[in-house]
Amino acid sequence: MENNHISGAEALLKSLICEGVDTIFGYPGGQIISVYDKLYDYTDQLHHILVRHEQGAIHAAQGYARTTGRPGVVIVTSGPGATNVITGLADALMDNTPIVVISGQVASDFLGTDAFQEADVVAMTQQATKWAIQIRRPEEIPAAVARAFYIASTGRPGPVVLDIAKDAQVGMMDWSHERCRAIRSYDPCPKINPQDIDEVAQLLETAKKPMIIAGHGVMIANAEKSLLEVAEKGNIPVATTLLGLSTIPSDHPLNKGMVGMHGNLGPNSASLEADLIIGVGLRFDDRVVGDFNAYAPNARIVHVDIESAELNRNIKTFKAIHADADDFFKALSEKIKPTNNPEWLAKFDTRDKFETEKVINPILKPAEGPLHMGEVIRAVADAAPKNAICVTDVGQNQMFAARYFRYHADKSFLSSGGLGTMGFGLPAAMGAKIGAPDRTVCLFVGDGGLQMTIQELGTIMAYNIGVKIILLNNDYLGNVRQWQELFFNSRFSQTPLVNPDFNKIAEAYGIRTGKVTRREDLADAIADMLSDDKAYLLNAAIGSDEMIFPMIAAGTSYEKIMISKNENYFPLK
Amino acid sequence: METKLYTITIFSENSVGLLSRVSLIFTRRGINIESISASSCSIPGVTKWIITAFTNRELLDQVAKQVERCIEVLKVFVYDDDEIIYQEVALYKIETNLLFEEPHVERIIREHSARILEIKRDFTVIEKTGHYRETEALFEELKRFNLKQFVRSGRVIVTQSPNEYITDYLVEQNRRINKINDATE
Ligand SMILES: Cc1ncc(C[n+]2csc(CCOP(=O)(O)OP(=O)(O)O)c2C)c(N)n1
Ligand SMILES: [Mg+2]
Repeated sequence: MENNHISGAEALLKSLICEGVDTIFGYPGGQIISVYDKLYDYTDQLHHILVRHEQGAIHAAQGYARTTGRPGVVIVTSGPGATNVITGLADALMDNTPIVVISGQVASDFLGTDAFQEADVVAMTQQATKWAIQIRRPEEIPAAVARAFYIASTGRPGPVVLDIAKDAQVGMMDWSHERCRAIRSYDPCPKINPQDIDEVAQLLETAKKPMIIAGHGVMIANAEKSLLEVAEKGNIPVATTLLGLSTIPSDHPLNKGMVGMHGNLGPNSASLEADLIIGVGLRFDDRVVGDFNAYAPNARIVHVDIESAELNRNIKTFKAIHADADDFFKALSEKIKPTNNPEWLAKFDTRDKFETEKVINPILKPAEGPLHMGEVIRAVADAAPKNAICVTDVGQNQMFAARYFRYHADKSFLSSGGLGTMGFGLPAAMGAKIGAPDRTVCLFVGDGGLQMTIQELGTIMAYNIGVKIILLNNDYLGNVRQWQELFFNSRFSQTPLVNPDFNKIAEAYGIRTGKVTRREDLADAIADMLSDDKAYLLNAAIGSDEMIFPMIAAGTSYEKIMISKNENYFPLK
Repeated sequence: METKLYTITIFSENSVGLLSRVSLIFTRRGINIESISASSCSIPGVTKWIITAFTNRELLDQVAKQVERCIEVLKVFVYDDDEIIYQEVALYKIETNLLFEEPHVERIIREHSARILEIKRDFTVIEKTGHYRETEALFEELKRFNLKQFVRSGRVIVTQSPNEYITDYLVEQNRRINKINDATE
């Protein structure tokens, strides 16, 4: 018989295995060394990726979690190891990502004494986690691990922290593991009320200008199919938020594009005119709404979310429905009747045509001048396999990637949406590739953001992680530069970057690289990049003064949309 | 938006660290907690917290939902004063001499239906139970007499309903959990 009188450290690993974990991102240290010691015996079951910075570990775990739908697991040491993951926790909380962080902690006798490498991790992470708990005794470990995975992955997913004191790792206990199935004070599965569904079906029948907005919640709930069924059955136009991208294929006729600050003219204008907006799995945050007092003035808003605290939080709804996105769409598709509003649908297409002519074509088919971010991104999208995953960093690179990549497969877009964390991209892409080794992972990253977590090239080298890094190199903190040009009289305060030779850096890590400055070389450069499944850095020289449009200035209404520096579009005129 | 004093009761599992998580939610929305008290309640294993805060209803309802999101929180209720029966207790410490030298003091104690809790050679402790304005009124009067110490508790409340509102909720949750356990056995 197996000996189950084991140390807390071993119990932790065995419990992780019971929770289905096979991949861990982490970094060792003094107060977690017992766990790492035991890990030495479990390398056949637990694949540990040694990152180069703990922030890299948690972003990688986020990328992993968001492509696989399973919690990403991070192990770090106490003090600085744990504080280094806080950005990632805040990011994962905002973007509803299931993450389990295990941090070492000083022995319980030393707690509160400012012992070496002591940090009050539970207190520090209260506002950046869904749940955080300190463990002081070995026998508490299995149940805490079980709870952690249950809480992280159910309902509205989120990050949790298990802070394990050294003596709890070292102490012996009798191990057995039981998965958590329910918690009395936490009900993650709201029940659909059939009357609500009838009411929404009714609203759709009488609406003349309906629109569905699909958010990240649709992706998290794996509701892509049921969304499409509702859209097609009802002939309803669908827009997505940034993190809702890829919940409906780019080339689907009912996909009308993205809403928000840099969204498409069609759906953004439509929000002013719509008489019914069904928003599912989104927060209606400021980047989506613009001016909270002027949003969707003519619409009844139906808001569906698995988090009751999001309902009626940012905007007043006509009907708030506390439900899982997939449950909602499935129930609605039973009740929905086809709508017939050809003029309404045509409006999207007219505006789309206008945007294509004014904004998109000049980027995709320029006659001359430096490379545009958008054309590089589209060329990659066209050359990559259809199920490729688009990962972005933050900035112009992110907005261009969101707009110009093409999405054909579910869960193809991965980006730091809520927190907007520069440096997210490279480690997240790593995690995505580890989670989905059969898919091509294309990272679009700026010269600023790449340097925030560039040390992870070491991890990519060590584990042969085949991410395709497309560096959109404009020698600027471009997104901030754009705001400075538009709103601060072109005073480029602290935004020009003096950059290293990125190709040399990547090559030092044994990563193949390419460089492209001329339009006529782009296709070949991309073909070279995609010729194998290994890591690659393509350094694309982008014009420094490139700007992303359309743009709705922060906090303003959608009645005025900038389509270039000097030109506005007025949807209502 | 009308700002006034509201009472919030939070029912939770007994859990370390929940207090700071909950109070951070108030702080983040800029709400200052006026008083807070934690106690056991009529249901074994359930902790009941009573918080009072000056704010507006809309914001408070949002905060209540945020608090309810905390994993160990069972249920949160927000009350107007007319929905609850509430009391506070205040203690006042004065010099014992005053009882002999200042004839007013005895009269004040009697008029306010306060009682003397303890008399020591140097000081005397007066207790007054009542609503804020009542304990405050006594404070205003005693203030003139070199009040040595003054303290007022947080609110304790019971609802105007016959039972704890939480009771039904717990029945429902226990049913939910039994169902899950039955299904997996
Ligand atoms: C950690 C962090 N610091 C600062 C910012 C603010 N910020 C947003 S975009 C941006 C510029 C990004 O520059 P770069 O990575 O070169 O991308 P580009 O916009 O040029 O594509 C900055 C500084 C941020 N989002 N995250
Ligand atoms: Mg840049």
